[in-house]
Amino acid sequence: MAKRTGIEVSIAIAEAARQANVDVVSAYPITPQTHIVEHLAQLVADGDLDAEYITVESEHTAMSACVGASAAGARVFTSTSSQGLALMNEIVYLASSLRTPVIMALANRALSGPISIWNDHSDVMNERDTGWICIFANNGQEAYDLTLMAFRIGEDRRVMLPVMVNFDGFILTHVIEPIHIFEDQEIADFIPPYEPLCVLDTDNPITVGPVGVPDVYTEAKKQQEMAIRESRPVIEEVFEEFARRYGRRYRPVETYRADDAEIVLLAQGSVIEAAEVAVDHLRDQGKKVGTVELRLWRPFPFDDLREVLCSTSIKQVVVLDRCISFGGPPGPVLSEVRSALYLEKDKPMVVGVVAGLGGRDISLEEYVEMFEIGEECLRTGKDPGEEPELVKIVGLRE
Amino acid sequence: MSVVQRPKEAYLNVFAYRMAPKEEFFTRGHRACQGCGPALGLRHIMKAAGRDTIVVNATGCMEIISSPFPYTSWAVPWIHVAFENAAAVASGIDAAIKALQRKGRIPKKKTNILVIAGDGGTADIGLQALSGMLARGHNVTYLCYDNEAYMNTGVQGSSATPFGASTTTTPAGRVSFGAGYWKKNVAAIAAAHDIPYVATACPSYPLDLIRKVRRSFELEGPAYIHLFAVCPTGWGTPPELTVRMGRLAVETGIFPLYEVENGRYKLTVDFPQGLRPVEDYLKNQRRFRHLTPEIIQQIQERITAEYERLKMMEKVTQE
Repeated sequence: MAKRTGIEVSIAIAEAARQANVDVVSAYPITPQTHIVEHLAQLVADGDLDAEYITVESEHTAMSACVGASAAGARVFTSTSSQGLALMNEIVYLASSLRTPVIMALANRALSGPISIWNDHSDVMNERDTGWICIFANNGQEAYDLTLMAFRIGEDRRVMLPVMVNFDGFILTHVIEPIHIFEDQEIADFIPPYEPLCVLDTDNPITVGPVGVPDVYTEAKKQQEMAIRESRPVIEEVFEEFARRYGRRYRPVETYRADDAEIVLLAQGSVIEAAEVAVDHLRDQGKKVGTVELRLWRPFPFDDLREVLCSTSIKQVVVLDRCISFGGPPGPVLSEVRSALYLEKDKPMVVGVVAGLGGRDISLEEYVEMFEIGEECLRTGKDPGEEPELVKIVGLRE
Repeated sequence: MSVVQRPKEAYLNVFAYRMAPKEEFFTRGHRACQGCGPALGLRHIMKAAGRDTIVVNATGCMEIISSPFPYTSWAVPWIHVAFENAAAVASGIDAAIKALQRKGRIPKKKTNILVIAGDGGTADIGLQALSGMLARGHNVTYLCYDNEAYMNTGVQGSSATPFGASTTTTPAGRVSFGAGYWKKNVAAIAAAHDIPYVATACPSYPLDLIRKVRRSFELEGPAYIHLFAVCPTGWGTPPELTVRMGRLAVETGIFPLYEVENGRYKLTVDFPQGLRPVEDYLKNQRRFRHLTPEIIQQIQERITAEYERLKMMEKVTQE
């Protein structure tokens, strides 16, 4: 049986990697991810985890060593944040195109400059087209659960893709939460040993990472695109099995009080739980509001999102982006949500706001303001900004 | 080109090469240029490394010419990930093999891990990853084939480009004599990591090369081999003279062959009768043809001093 333990979320994530019995950990220190890898290093040092911990000299090498180790047949784990992920970027693409199921815990942090160690989503949004499966957790329990499930999803023979589990830096990483930690044996049953598909083996030589001449490159990319699309049913299978075993159900798109809502706030990560408080507050005033959480970011859950947002009571969506797409549509989540609904006949209006950049707290009043922006849109039938693509930042000091 | 007087032992060396392993692991059909020094070297290197070897190839000439999908020249497991990270990928493979063998997931056997990277991928963009791998003590042999510029992209200067060489980014011109900096000594940088084995080698001395590759795998821990690799395309030398150009580089002392085993220096090919003038080596190459006697004199002085220093290192460390 799972024990409910007061534990720092970072430690819980590291424990998930230990319970998954990873073979190689390759990581470089960066705030706010450090507690995860420090704990893993200690587990290895104490003999509680039989793994090789590679003390790499950069995140670029961290990811490169992960790809090498995975190609050699190991179960691998890494963790990073912000600049670290940006430095890895080149090899992040390789991990997915070489089909090495690297598992990454990404403690979301703002990108420089100015340098900021605090939380937003600019790091992950920079990587959205890298071909990784990308999932968001909004509390410590989810971060632990999803890290466990990531191994099952990524290493599934039908998938063989790397998985990035996102959780907000500091807001989650450095918080002690009551978390149900499973018995090791329960996880050993849930996550069997990794059976690699293609491996660097001297008895069976293969060539990995050859040159993609124009004659084959397009087809290689198509296969990669098919692979991540076809991971959707596997992800739901794993969510389903997890629910059956442990009683907690995860969905690609989560909702809160959205069933009869007219206005919903759509967001990712820990802000969702804070927004739910605002929803309760507004519901008490008789307002029909709710939240929608885009838990699965890649592969994008088109069907689930349309099912939640279209032909329902929802008339207005306010998308909260934690990052700015400079000079473009205000934020990446906004543009993707709008694009997903484009062909739908009976669809809500979608407006975007940006908030919570670089660790800026979002207050209850500011969540209320976001819903008010939604109300204003609904009342006037248009974006309250002077121009539709104006970046509307909530909580900006002007 | 003048007729090269070979020392006696060179003939012996060529004869004894018949005793090298017959098996090929870097096989025919690759797309290297005529007279490619790195490809020639690679053939010998793979004979020495043998079947139980995993090759990690950095982006570069040898990667491009050997793996245009669906073809491959590799009869051993081979992986290419990117340009600057071959040492990092090899670190991961080393860690994986150690962990999986310890956990009983794969059978315990000796597997050689061999990095093949060019001078750009080693002396420039991959230097950090190389240093990290050496410092962490992975059981990996890193072999840099040094053709002294970015040949794959069209002969741009690297930090391994020799002083005075004209490349497309260090061109000789009306007010420039080509590369205005001295070649980075990566073997010395590797040796500064106090690793078990560092060596320089050249495909023109195949038995010396084969012995050094084998030695690098015999010793536990990281090893670095710097291979001098003639590039007829980039240097403007006749393809049929690749082996001779390599010999001239060694005989003039511009590229001495030595090894450093556990800190002890040893010149593995020496010329007690003295070195040839460097001009013999420089004069037949397009990249050096603009050099004035003054600059050649500068190069000669530097070579003489460096060779003396190497002899001194040998004397001091062998005592």
